[in-house]
Amino acid sequence: MSLRILLPIKRVLDYAIKPRIASSRIDTTGLKHSLNPFDELSIEASLRLRESNPSLVSEIIAFTAGPAKSVDSLRTAMAMGADRSIHLELPADKELEPLQVAKIIKQLVEKEKINLVLAGKQSIDDDAGQTGQMLAGLLGWGQATQAAEIRVLEDGKALEVVKEVDGGTETVKGAVPMVVTTDLRLNEPRYASLPNIMKAKKKKLEKVKLEDFGIDVEPRVKILKVEEPKKREGGGKVEDVDGLIGKLKELGAL
Amino acid sequence: MSSPHRHNVIRIYKELLWLGREYPLGYKYFRDRLHKAFSARAGLTDPAEIEKGVRLAEYVKKEIEALYYLKKYRALKKRYE
Repeated sequence: MSLRILLPIKRVLDYAIKPRIASSRIDTTGLKHSLNPFDELSIEASLRLRESNPSLVSEIIAFTAGPAKSVDSLRTAMAMGADRSIHLELPADKELEPLQVAKIIKQLVEKEKINLVLAGKQSIDDDAGQTGQMLAGLLGWGQATQAAEIRVLEDGKALEVVKEVDGGTETVKGAVPMVVTTDLRLNEPRYASLPNIMKAKKKKLEKVKLEDFGIDVEPRVKILKVEEPKKREGGGKVEDVDGLIGKLKELGAL
Repeated sequence: MSSPHRHNVIRIYKELLWLGREYPLGYKYFRDRLHKAFSARAGLTDPAEIEKGVRLAEYVKKEIEALYYLKKYRALKKRYE
């Protein structure tokens, strides 16, 4: 059975940048953005599936829903090795919630006859970690989240996935079609090299519109406040044991 | 520079410059040093020496890619585990 893989990706604030908070929201204007690191892992995973057996994977499609600049992320995905991509362009101030994204991906899965969705386990900006799971629920497919290892069984009819769980791993087996979300230890993503980025410009990039999907995109969650973590307060030195006891009493610890 | 190597040297130089955009100490730091390393070898005429230089450049490229990967991996591991 040949796999048709969909890679939902997201353009996020670069991991190395410290977010600024302005008027209770994260100000991202003018800051460097890049492809969500967990999505790089899912792209790499799809490429390794193809490299392990070229006849196993028939097509790898990258998809993103985001502002005009999200095209950069799709180009990176294609430079790494995805065959083509689909861009749902959103206005600059519009963010979709995981459920809405999952509903859109579901329609794409049906349209493109996808039988394996490889997604990053979460995006490093919202850290919701919900899209993959909701998608599996909506499609009625099996899912393996936080993958640390993916093995192909029965000529692509099933997958065995080693999942990261608290303090260890869990190995599950599921029949294709399924949704797999990727965790940090899965692989080492390749670097999108300059010549490959040039070549990726020739690959097909399809534009779709939000209206084509006919789903309700009104936000269901309202962000009330965004706060920075508390600054760490410096410690103090005490002269002797009495000083220590006095300090502890003062703080109510004794 | 002899012509058969010319293309190869320029190619690896461009690829390294591209990688340098994300260098932790800044693009300028990287570009200056890269330029110095290449111009120091600009006078090479022996094809074997030039090939050796290109191989070194390929090696440096791999090292930088590994550096970026590790830096990202460590940052994410720290944040998510």
